[in-house]
Amino acid sequence: MRPRLLLPAVLAAATLLATACGGGGGDKGDDKTAPPASAPAAGNGSLTVWADDARAKPLQDIAAAFTRDKGVKIKVVQKGLGEIRDDFVSQAPTGQGPDVVVGPHDWLGKLVHNGVLAPLELGDRAAAFSPVALEAMRYEGRTYGLPYAVDSIALLRNTDLAPQAPASFDELLATGRRLVEQGRAELPVAVPVDAKSGSPYHLYPLQTSFGCRVFGTKPDGAYDQAKLELDSPGCQRFGPWLRGLGKDGVLSTSLTADIATDAFLKGKTPFLLAGPWDAATFRAAHVPFAVDPVPSVDGSPARPFVGVQGFFVGAKSANPILAQDFVLNYLSTPQAQRALYDTGGRVPATTAVLEQVGNDPVVAGFARAAQAGLPTPNLPAMDSVWADWGLTQLAIIQGHGDPGELTSAMAGRIRAKIVAG
Amino acid sequence: MTQIPPTQPPHTPPGRRPTADPGHPPARRGLVGLAVRIVLLAVVDALAVYGLLALAAQHKWAMFGALLVGTVAVNVIYAGKRHVPAKYLAPGVVLLLVYQVYVVFYTGFAAFTNYGDGHNSDKPDAVAAILAHSETRVPDSPVRPATVVARGDRVGLLVTLPDRGVRLGWAGHPLEPVADPVYDSAGRAIAAPGWHRLSYAQIASRQKEISELRVPASEDPNSGSLRTADGISAAAYRSTLDYDRGADTITDRGTGKVYRPTSDGVFAADDGTRLSPGWKVFVGLDNFETILTDRDIRGPFLGVLVWTFVFAGISVAVPFAIGLVLAAVLDGKRLRGHRIYRSLIMLPYAFPAFLAALVWQGLLNTDYGYVNVSLLDGAHIAWLTDPWLARLSVLAVNVWISFPYMFLICTGALQAIPAEVTEAARIDGAGRGQILRHVKLPLLLTAVTPMLIATFAFNFNNFNVIYMLTGGGPKDPDAPIEVGSTDLLISLVYKLAFGGSNRQYGMACAVSILIFVVVAAISVVGLRRSRAFEES
Repeated sequence: MRPRLLLPAVLAAATLLATACGGGGGDKGDDKTAPPASAPAAGNGSLTVWADDARAKPLQDIAAAFTRDKGVKIKVVQKGLGEIRDDFVSQAPTGQGPDVVVGPHDWLGKLVHNGVLAPLELGDRAAAFSPVALEAMRYEGRTYGLPYAVDSIALLRNTDLAPQAPASFDELLATGRRLVEQGRAELPVAVPVDAKSGSPYHLYPLQTSFGCRVFGTKPDGAYDQAKLELDSPGCQRFGPWLRGLGKDGVLSTSLTADIATDAFLKGKTPFLLAGPWDAATFRAAHVPFAVDPVPSVDGSPARPFVGVQGFFVGAKSANPILAQDFVLNYLSTPQAQRALYDTGGRVPATTAVLEQVGNDPVVAGFARAAQAGLPTPNLPAMDSVWADWGLTQLAIIQGHGDPGELTSAMAGRIRAKIVAG
Repeated sequence: MTQIPPTQPPHTPPGRRPTADPGHPPARRGLVGLAVRIVLLAVVDALAVYGLLALAAQHKWAMFGALLVGTVAVNVIYAGKRHVPAKYLAPGVVLLLVYQVYVVFYTGFAAFTNYGDGHNSDKPDAVAAILAHSETRVPDSPVRPATVVARGDRVGLLVTLPDRGVRLGWAGHPLEPVADPVYDSAGRAIAAPGWHRLSYAQIASRQKEISELRVPASEDPNSGSLRTADGISAAAYRSTLDYDRGADTITDRGTGKVYRPTSDGVFAADDGTRLSPGWKVFVGLDNFETILTDRDIRGPFLGVLVWTFVFAGISVAVPFAIGLVLAAVLDGKRLRGHRIYRSLIMLPYAFPAFLAALVWQGLLNTDYGYVNVSLLDGAHIAWLTDPWLARLSVLAVNVWISFPYMFLICTGALQAIPAEVTEAARIDGAGRGQILRHVKLPLLLTAVTPMLIATFAFNFNNFNVIYMLTGGGPKDPDAPIEVGSTDLLISLVYKLAFGGSNRQYGMACAVSILIFVVVAAISVVGLRRSRAFEES
């Protein structure tokens, strides 16, 4: 019997190692393999970059240029956007994490809170970027990311059905309703709402036009998580208005983004609130459309959330200097930023590149919408905010209770969660 | 097969054929087999040596020992002609250990830690991150062009100031003017007497040292230290926090506040303020205690537990009943077109469950779904967004997905019952119903009980249907953790670990262990009962 017991015990030990070496799933950042023969210098180390499918391709080309110039091998690992943040947090401590990751700025709080990001010193390079992009990449007074694209919600208008851009949201609704009465459209306006989690992101421009923001700010302009403002007087006016739209059937909790987009593409609705990520779909469709900022409802400017995509450097990178050099001195150049735009089509965060491509009406429209916007808060607390915020919107739209009470209860719950951490 | 051919094809596993007679002379084997064995073993050993060297370089001695022992074991097993059973078992055992045992042990280990957001690494990492985060640019200090230079082992920074000439400094030695620096074409200093410039390759090979280099800007500590991030520029930074390695405390220079490590793995001051990140610590049974006693979590957890049992039970009973009735009806060849019926019944089984759940999600949409718009003539029934209707919907969809499987195994079990048995019963004067109840059902249950238990266990953890249809929702707005009316334990674990707000891997592992206990208990009891069936 003894040998039989010995075998598993012995192999168990071997296994531990196999999982340590090969089972981690990550790539060794300290890979010391020699660079390809084309490299000028021998083995200047290598960098691992994590990017989602939309960004892996343009990065390959820029990475090739870096390899040519500096002899540093760059391995672009394509991952799902949803996995990058969590995998980064869990793999960075093992030393198996990436040197550079690409993602939206609202990851910042969580990544810094887990100690996996190195600060970036943009220095004079900061002048090249739009202020909202720079503000988004700051967390607790330090900059952690190099921006390259900005996203925000804008109003898409079918120019056949509505030749004139509406000056206010009421005018928009009037136009939409008239078209429905004439039988030329089925919906006055399509506002995507997720039946499970509500629509805080799409409704934010309308909400801010009531003067209702999610967080107040500190003196330096950064969001202050101690100042939740979702039950401010403006928000208390926004609730009943939202309920009114729900009662009239203008807003429906079953109008998912897919259904809303489809309705716009088939000409069933003159207006759609949408972000730039579907721009390619709209261009390919045969609907003549224009992109404008979302008009105001209540007088204050409608300010959508702005999401800023950028590059971050890992704190535990085995190649800190190379990673910073690649991000700061390569990815920040107008050529690299332009290449990222050419393959991705997202609104550039660099003012120079935006000027080059600004004659494209779609890009220009989304860029104008983002100019008026506010960065999505990058606080870790934001994760607790979205869920309650969206649920309350669903309840208000469906009329499950008094909007005022629902709003106050939501703010109380979110504050409790923020305090509990 | 008692005769061994003189040569064996190379793919047969090497090893002496086990014989009852230990004195049996070893069989002559072909040289090819031996060569293959030696080559494979050499490859394994080469990889192992590489791994050992890599681990030794990283000072991971526990892993080093494990690999060493494993390598020796593999060599002992495969090099000699003995240990024949081990030769066959070893690959399977390795895979079992890697993919099952290790994962289970790791889950068990993590359940007793506070692993999660803000506690994702060890203490040195946390201290490094806290200190890095506390370094701030000295106000109004420009980013200056800098060159990394070296003299012997020492690295320094050569900084070109546009208006005040060239300065040089190194760790612990403040910047001082350089007598006659060497400039490049762009007017930037690249070398000083006694110091040479580091090439890019040299910088790349000494990155850690260079990125940790801090050069005091002047004799005055308030002017900060210069550091370079990219090797070609430098700026002055001041740190607001100091780590005292001996006392293991962090002190704020400005306020004098002292932060001490606590048992939950964070640095905290006496007034309760904490520094992030924290680190992973062993918290014992805290996670289990929280799940079972914390009033905020216990309520939702018990609700989810009850619903999980109901969901799994109904997901087994109803499809089994439907499948059994259909199988009994279609059993035998008397029904005309029974093949077509069988094919139709199998259709839902041909759909991937993932897709089916997604398609149903669209069909059940309140205002735009096919069910409400076409079948119910424009009704607005909230199939997936009302708590009770959502539970009904996930059950209905799951029944739709799983009854063909039950039909399949019942058909198989019924057809496996020997015709003689039913024949005998008929001769004894039993009617069709009686035969089904007293003869066929007991025999069939003996055959399908293990399947029913497996299906129960599968549905107990049926993440796909829930996630795709409702995402566990509609959410309970009053619960402190993210939980909805249709959440099963497994989707609750998913939300704890990867869902809404805070990643709580330790907590999720603790719930996983509880799930395992429940499923294991049910399986053991169920299988014991099914054995009782066989004996009756």
